[in-house]
Amino acid sequence: MNALLNWLDVRTGYKSLVREALYENVPGGARWRYVWGSTLVFTFSVQMITGLFLWMAYSPSTQTAWESVYYIQHEMTFGWLLRGIHHFTAQAMVVLLAVHLMQVVIDGAYKAPREVNFWLGLVLMQIVLGLSLTGYLLPWDQKGYWATRVATNIAGITPVIGPQVQQLLVGGTNYGHQTLTRFFAMHAGLLPALLVAFLVMHIAVFRRHGLTAPDAEWKANATFWPDQVLKDAVACLAVLAAVLLCVCLHGPGPHGGAELGAPADHTDKYDAARPEWYFLFLFQFLKFFEGTNEIYGAMVIPGAIMGFLFLMPFIGGWKLGHRFNVLFLFTLLAGVGWLTWQAVQEDRHNPDHELAVRDAEAKAARIKVLVALKGIGPVGAKQLLRDDSKTQGPVLFKKYCAGCHRYDGHDGTGTRPADVATASDLALLGTRDWIRGMMTSPADDRHFGMTRHGSFDGQTLGDRFTDGEMAKWVAENVHARLMKDEDVAAVVEFLAGQSGRADVAPLNAKQAAAGKQFFAEGSDAVSTTCYSCHEMRLKDELFESGSAGVAAGPDLTGYCSETWLREFISNPGQKKFYGKRNAMPAFADRLSEKDLNLLVEWLLHRWPEPAPPK
Amino acid sequence: MNTTDSSAPQDCPASVEGCGDSSIPRRGFLPRFLAVAIGGVAGIVPMFSGLAVFFSPLFQRKAADGGDGFYRVVGLDELTDVPQSFKIVADRRDAWTVLRNESVGSVYLQKIGPAEIRAFNVICPHFGCAVAFRGEKKSFLCPCHNSAFALDGAVISPSPSPRNLDALEWQIRDGSVWVKFQDFIAGHKEKIANT
Repeated sequence: MNALLNWLDVRTGYKSLVREALYENVPGGARWRYVWGSTLVFTFSVQMITGLFLWMAYSPSTQTAWESVYYIQHEMTFGWLLRGIHHFTAQAMVVLLAVHLMQVVIDGAYKAPREVNFWLGLVLMQIVLGLSLTGYLLPWDQKGYWATRVATNIAGITPVIGPQVQQLLVGGTNYGHQTLTRFFAMHAGLLPALLVAFLVMHIAVFRRHGLTAPDAEWKANATFWPDQVLKDAVACLAVLAAVLLCVCLHGPGPHGGAELGAPADHTDKYDAARPEWYFLFLFQFLKFFEGTNEIYGAMVIPGAIMGFLFLMPFIGGWKLGHRFNVLFLFTLLAGVGWLTWQAVQEDRHNPDHELAVRDAEAKAARIKVLVALKGIGPVGAKQLLRDDSKTQGPVLFKKYCAGCHRYDGHDGTGTRPADVATASDLALLGTRDWIRGMMTSPADDRHFGMTRHGSFDGQTLGDRFTDGEMAKWVAENVHARLMKDEDVAAVVEFLAGQSGRADVAPLNAKQAAAGKQFFAEGSDAVSTTCYSCHEMRLKDELFESGSAGVAAGPDLTGYCSETWLREFISNPGQKKFYGKRNAMPAFADRLSEKDLNLLVEWLLHRWPEPAPPK
Repeated sequence: MNTTDSSAPQDCPASVEGCGDSSIPRRGFLPRFLAVAIGGVAGIVPMFSGLAVFFSPLFQRKAADGGDGFYRVVGLDELTDVPQSFKIVADRRDAWTVLRNESVGSVYLQKIGPAEIRAFNVICPHFGCAVAFRGEKKSFLCPCHNSAFALDGAVISPSPSPRNLDALEWQIRDGSVWVKFQDFIAGHKEKIANT
């Protein structure tokens, strides 16, 4: 063995290389304050390893980027761990960069003759930030997509060449395949290669000048191996432990680790767009600048600060210069901390942002359900959300219905409109509660009550509905106790059976049959039956007499079923529904067939859900 | 005490730590062991997660589509005594993508009796090219390495193929031919289903 190694050494000289690497002198002995550079080398190695394996499973295109990341996270063995380590190590790297910079400045390690190495370090910092910026886009989820739009638009305000720079980054004027392929090549090719090159120079120059010992007499001298290596290893393990802790914060497994939002969709604006937390200070800083002054916040001032950092070695040579540098760095970090805090606080007290975050979380959770239920088609996962009534229903309700109606008091998406409603609250449409309300208190605010504030075709509605035929019938029969409670319950059961609402508990068949009987024939005390006004076209001898009575209310055949609701929304003024007394616009021409279906499915809770666990 | 850079060890054997500077105390086994062990753990964890993902194809099983594996191919009366190739249409899963009603493979079907057929996977058991039926030679020929198979699927020697064409299970249901479609691992003498 020794002979073989000697043979190799004669030809390569590796032994002196190893000796040089391992027996670097550590003046004043190994110390914890020297570990930061090593932890950065360690984290970068972790990123190279995990990144390489992620690369083997990642597919950069708009139809496959999110999908392949989803596959890594949910289908591949320990994919969640791999992604989680890569994601959180990237964040650890930024923290360690800041600590390393602080330690170098405080110890005066940037001063002559180490100026060049300090500059190399600052370049490395830019490269790492570039890696983090490009990596943020690659999962192609809503967060990365919209944040990257902001970042590239900032590049676009560069004087003179801005638009060209932006187009080159984006790979055109639209964000798409080319954006992903370019960002991926930068993230996995160009930037890591640059980083390796600069890191080699950084370490080579570091070795040339040796450690900057603040107190070389502190202890006896030591060598890098094993004293300092041991401390470095412990520090690296601590970094890894912190990373793993973050990965497991939401519980280990495919649902923990790094976040994966809903797939990017340029048609679905994402109000929760924020950069990664360590860029929040820049994000907040931009809010202070108006209009064309934005360039000062985005480029001039950050550029000036970076420029100042580059000048530190010279300033450090002056009298009190070092103290000034340290003070400057601490002020800078305090400013960054303050801005970050401001950004967080502002979001925390912004109900709109909170709603946006909740919407984003709901979609991120929903897409997992849809992928599991339906699988991802060739066009990609975003189509699943576009075709999902649970996701699209609230948006459609807000757009088409919330001008008059409410959904549990809000506009479908959770926002409570400032205007007063002028029509019913449809959250319970088709449920027993809804039908019972219609039969016992049709003029309440959930049903016809709010129509008092409404108008249609230039006419105020007044008490057209609150004191209409239905309300009168309720007063005469239900409130006057002519109709028994059990009859009300029976009719509720019968009509609930007409509805296709998915979350209605199973019917009581006997009660429903009694309700049908009452609907058609009333009782001894109630002579004006439901059937006197409401059509019910069931193949049943009870309804053989044919048409309903004169004061025709809406046809209740299949009341609140998908078909009934589709027909009703399309044209509520047709004769079988409200006829001349109608006060709701027809939506047949305004809603596409697909949107109408989505809206109806959502109102009736008929979206797909996974089977409950047994 | 000599602490300048030039004092770095230069002439000592690599096996002696801290040599060349008498002020540096010799270190025992423990710190060296700990340095390697702790550093090793820190390195192994990310490596493990990467390798686990890399090896995940070995841990994954083909998702069953809930059926019995038989697919309807064609009406029995459309078959003749000349082998014809038919596509098997089913839902196909390619990693994360689900492709509905896609061709998942092809079979050669030949009628040899009123309710008796032969069914072969078109894939050559040698190294996976698709064989073609040659009417004039009454045999299946592989375009890649010239393996040849008789009408009954038997390999005609000399051929590089290690086994006969892969016969598939079939059934006649209501006048239609149903085939249990399977791929088999190429290059082996035994017929091993690819699951």
